[in-house]
Amino acid sequence: MYKYDQYDQTIVDARVEEFREQVGRRLSGELSEDQFKPLRLMNGLYLQLHAYMLRVAIPYGTLDSRQMRMLAHIARKYDRDYGHFTTRQNLQYNWIKLEDAPDILADLASVEMHAIQTSGNCIRNISSDQFAGAAADEVEDPRPWAELLRQWSTFHPEFSYLPRKFKIAVIASDQDRAAMRLHDIGLQVVRNNKGETGFKFYVGGGMGRTPIVAPLISEFVPATDLLSYTEACLRVYNRYGRRDNIYKARIKILLHEIGADEYRRQVEEEFAHVKTLGLDPPASEFERIAAHFAPPAWESGLPDTVDRSNVDFAQWVDQNVTAHKAPGYAVVTISLKPIDGIPGDASSAQIDLMADLAETYSFDELRVTHAQNIVLPNVRKADLLTMWQKLVDAKLADANIDLVTDIIACPGLDYCSLANARSIPVAQKIAARFADPARQRDIGELKLKISGCINACGHHHAGHIGILGVDRKGTENYQLLLGGSGAEDASLGKIAGPGFDEDGIVDAVERTIEKYRDLRQEGERFLDTYRRVGMDPFKEAIYG
Amino acid sequence: MKIVTGNDLETGAVTWWSGDGWSLHIADAVDVGAHGEAIAATEEATRRVNAPYVIEADATSQGPRPAHIKDRIRAVGPTVRLDLNIKPADPTAGSWVI
Repeated sequence: MYKYDQYDQTIVDARVEEFREQVGRRLSGELSEDQFKPLRLMNGLYLQLHAYMLRVAIPYGTLDSRQMRMLAHIARKYDRDYGHFTTRQNLQYNWIKLEDAPDILADLASVEMHAIQTSGNCIRNISSDQFAGAAADEVEDPRPWAELLRQWSTFHPEFSYLPRKFKIAVIASDQDRAAMRLHDIGLQVVRNNKGETGFKFYVGGGMGRTPIVAPLISEFVPATDLLSYTEACLRVYNRYGRRDNIYKARIKILLHEIGADEYRRQVEEEFAHVKTLGLDPPASEFERIAAHFAPPAWESGLPDTVDRSNVDFAQWVDQNVTAHKAPGYAVVTISLKPIDGIPGDASSAQIDLMADLAETYSFDELRVTHAQNIVLPNVRKADLLTMWQKLVDAKLADANIDLVTDIIACPGLDYCSLANARSIPVAQKIAARFADPARQRDIGELKLKISGCINACGHHHAGHIGILGVDRKGTENYQLLLGGSGAEDASLGKIAGPGFDEDGIVDAVERTIEKYRDLRQEGERFLDTYRRVGMDPFKEAIYG
Repeated sequence: MKIVTGNDLETGAVTWWSGDGWSLHIADAVDVGAHGEAIAATEEATRRVNAPYVIEADATSQGPRPAHIKDRIRAVGPTVRLDLNIKPADPTAGSWVI
């Protein structure tokens, strides 16, 4: 994985000291909150319901055991012994003291981490496929391109005050594990018929108040034009994106208003100019970056089979282990969705344990997924059983990846100052209702996603079943959406009907799922059945 | 009744105007009547409390109970981590909020 050079380290260290001075001025009363707020947000420090919240960037979700242990250390020393992995592949601490923030950033900088690009109207932390570099179905590892974009975007002077925040995802497989088309720019690494690397450019996707699946803007942008073309996309947005209305300021609104064809025309015109500026790096620079992502030294001749005599282990393998590109290896997803837990939360001890497992079994590498789980990307199949036993001891062995209890949930009104309703208790009640592993497996793949407000951090628009918490005259109310997907078959969920209270929404989810079991045909997932039969049968089951 | 709340500058903790200062405990909050906005403005100017604001609350035998669930959760802590609440492991915390 990428290692900082002297420039990266200098930039991050300088930012820590700058913020230390700014915090000092705030604590002394020299700065008002209005003056200080944009400065703290540029360093990932939010003020939530109960305390300051620090959002730590995990570029494209990749980190090593040293960094993971630092996350545990910070949770233990400065927070309340846990962290929350987010749908942006980042980590949030919920109980930070302002005076500690500079020391925390210094600790992060000591392991090549920071909280830059986790807030504000800039290009946010780049996200990617959690299986990158290991996936059997990828064209190539997308992370070197994500890293190139990270270096280009960090402190980009022209794009530090965009009309609104801007999110980019990079994948390299036809299977989309990063909700790529629900980003401001979604990039898919592809090869043309000459075998040359390039990118499909999807622009103007997003969730939030106005969910839109990004249209294709370019079928193939050569890799040598990546930065110039991206710069052109941003320039058109920066020039014409609305700044008068926060709800209409995202690039998706610009595309919606002028149309994809007109946006494409303007980007091409701008690109013709930008390309003359020499922005794209020489091949040697990209190769320098790519060398950091060279595949680990996978052993050859390893056994490619798994002893399935332990039933619980076999079920975990079936659900949480994915095919790897190297024979004898597997990709392991550790569920952070125990039935009685909080989606995405992990204790310091669990974070340390996952770091240990990565170091021992996965070439020292971990990934954070947008579904709020953790991936060990390079595990020998021969080590799976031993590793699973350690996960069992740490209560990290739930075999529920992509099942109904693998619920994405934002922090909701339990923590978030923007939320209108709580998400976590709803997730917990649904998980408890479907706790029976056999029932979960019978239902099959079902992506259930819960947001506590219209900002959609819990990706409810992209859930096969989505739940949106709203405030109805001071009372929590939950809308049910069906038919969304953040995968390669991206679609937006539709609202089923009137909302429910907290217990009512759990019953409605159960009625929806039972209706699916009645209607499904051989091999159909919930989403397949919904797309075949439409909303009406479900509506009838839900509302009678 | 009307009460004033904000977040402490140093810790970000939820605080309540007690008449002569700020308290972590909502039970200490006092009815500010028509003076809430003025108190909030004065206190914000001291730069020790972030974004103080006035809320409606019901006067109960257990003290003020905010009208909106968001402020009730602010008063107690996350409903899903009662161990972290301002009154740790208070079995009544959840029902007080909801």
